[in-house]
Amino acid sequence: MTLAYIITALTTGLIIFLNRSRIVNYSMLILFIIAQILFTAFVFSSKGITQLSYFTFDAIGILLLCAMTVISVPAAWHGYIYIKTHEETRQSRAIYFSALIFLISAISLGVVSNHIAVTWILTEITTLSASALIYHHRNKLALEGVWKYVFICAISITFVYVGILFLNLSLRETGSHDLSFASLIQHRSQLNPFWLKMAFLFIFTGFTVKMSLVPMFTASIDAKDLAPAPAGALMATGLINLGFIGFFRVYTIMANTPLHTWTNIVIGATGILSVFLAAVYMLRVKNIKRMFAYSGMEHMGLAMIGIVSGGIGYYAAILHIILHTFIKSGLFFQFTQIYRVYQNKNIDFTGYYFRYNLTGALALLAGYFCITAIPPSGMFVSEFLIFRSLFDSHMFIVMIVLFVLLTTIIWIFGKNMFRLLFQPPVEFDESTVPKISPWESASQFALFAIALWIGFNPPVWFTALLKESVMMLPN
Amino acid sequence: MIHVFLIIFLITLFYFSIANRLLTYIKVLALQGLVLFAVSLMQLSEINTLNLILILLETIIFKSVAVPFFLAYVLKRNRITREAEPFVPNFVSLIVVTLIIVSTVLLSYSIHDVHLDRMFFVVALSSLLTGLYIIASRRKIITHVMGYMIIENGVFILSLAVGNEMPAMVNLGIMLDIFASVLILGIFLNKIGDVFKDVDIDQLSNLKDY
Repeated sequence: MTLAYIITALTTGLIIFLNRSRIVNYSMLILFIIAQILFTAFVFSSKGITQLSYFTFDAIGILLLCAMTVISVPAAWHGYIYIKTHEETRQSRAIYFSALIFLISAISLGVVSNHIAVTWILTEITTLSASALIYHHRNKLALEGVWKYVFICAISITFVYVGILFLNLSLRETGSHDLSFASLIQHRSQLNPFWLKMAFLFIFTGFTVKMSLVPMFTASIDAKDLAPAPAGALMATGLINLGFIGFFRVYTIMANTPLHTWTNIVIGATGILSVFLAAVYMLRVKNIKRMFAYSGMEHMGLAMIGIVSGGIGYYAAILHIILHTFIKSGLFFQFTQIYRVYQNKNIDFTGYYFRYNLTGALALLAGYFCITAIPPSGMFVSEFLIFRSLFDSHMFIVMIVLFVLLTTIIWIFGKNMFRLLFQPPVEFDESTVPKISPWESASQFALFAIALWIGFNPPVWFTALLKESVMMLPN
Repeated sequence: MIHVFLIIFLITLFYFSIANRLLTYIKVLALQGLVLFAVSLMQLSEINTLNLILILLETIIFKSVAVPFFLAYVLKRNRITREAEPFVPNFVSLIVVTLIIVSTVLLSYSIHDVHLDRMFFVVALSSLLTGLYIIASRRKIITHVMGYMIIENGVFILSLAVGNEMPAMVNLGIMLDIFASVLILGIFLNKIGDVFKDVDIDQLSNLKDY
């Protein structure tokens, strides 16, 4: 099935790229989405199975793949609307959809890969396809963004490669050369601690560009700002998840060695610094998309802190990332409508959104409550659990710092969102506002509803998979 | 003998820190490619012929001929001025690179691994850090690309350290090298040269938080 999925993704992507007829493009896109759903259904029903030697369907892989598929369907739908409303050329449409297919399939395969080198190769493919999406508008700003993204990603994948080499060195004494995660876990007690430390530092730093964390976050923020919003939604969620799983699988190895505390200090410092920088940038940022992107950085920082706090924190961190996937993608999809109304990303040139797009405004308001974890948002549950875990592990100073930073973020996010929704716009010509179908907001409501559902009343299978994901981690 | 070549590689790093002209950078990069070939030929004694041909293509053809040739072409095509235009004086760069090498030597003595040749570790890590320093301290985009090439060369040396046991890792490194270099050089430098007439990073500052 995995082979069939890979072949379908490659074929549909290439056909879209080569044959630029509208009918062929959209039928291939639909075919790929069907393949994506079938592959996910297969993975879901075949837990524990390994295919093509490098893809094992473990609990966390299944969870992140399901989340990816749930958002890739509306991403394709909103991509269609985006291309239709922007009167794109045949060439830009073909490149957009083929890059989208390669991005979705690379992320989907990356989350279920059982070998660090395979995850790394798939991460490289996401860099390539994401850069095609960032360069979609082909203007000076897009070129600047894509240059920075490619350059920083090239350095970070080199870092991950160096990390893999160090992992190899740490394995030497065991006599094994197998770099699969299962083999690394199996030999955990014999790994050379010096090389393991170096490996973790390089791999973690390399993956921060995908995870939107300090120190490599800048390129990913630019990427989400410049790519068309439906593609930005995937970069702000699915791509982040791919970086997370790359890091998380290595973290699982580290957590089972005497280096656990050292690792926690590294990722804890990164997490707090990320939340702090996200709060500082959000205070001055006026660009709505960048604000969403910085909010993603905040949530990833929170997830890192959840992992550091241990115990229920592991569970909460993964739950948080899955909920973030649904909510943040919903907000990015909603942004396409905001831009169509105001033709501007700057919050200062927006206002009275309720008057121009009632359903969209309701979706945005719901999205704001969800993303800031205000009850009844599903994220309230995960954030509450993270704080409980911090309390249990007596990390009171971290808790206080986080409270202050999160309050700042809720305030500034709210100030900007309420300005967009309720305050009068400056120098705005109402006659240019297009009519937006309420159905375009349906997927956003659905995504927020899913987040609410799994936050407050998670199905049994979901909880079981979550628990299994963190089973290998020590308490 | 391997150590002699590795030391030559280290000397090229010093040379990078004080070189003024971009053509000198390109020539030193080509020299590094040749040194890498010599090192891999001596180090990878157990490697099969196919892998050896791949390494030959990577070091001699790609690193010593194709990339320098392409960089020189880009310099000429975009009429980039000959100076490297560093933000800091060359003397400071020399001190920084010296400090990088001294600290990696000190770090290498904290490793307790009988299997590892320390020299590989020192040269690889120094090269990686020097590459990052060149990127941070030079003004032109093309020097950033050259800094990235230095990082790649350092990483290649590190992959040689494990190359006998894991030839696949060397191949993976070659794949990374070609993938990233082609992506960066082939597509974007040409585009950037067309759009931004004087290729200087000061022009890449429109994308910011507002």
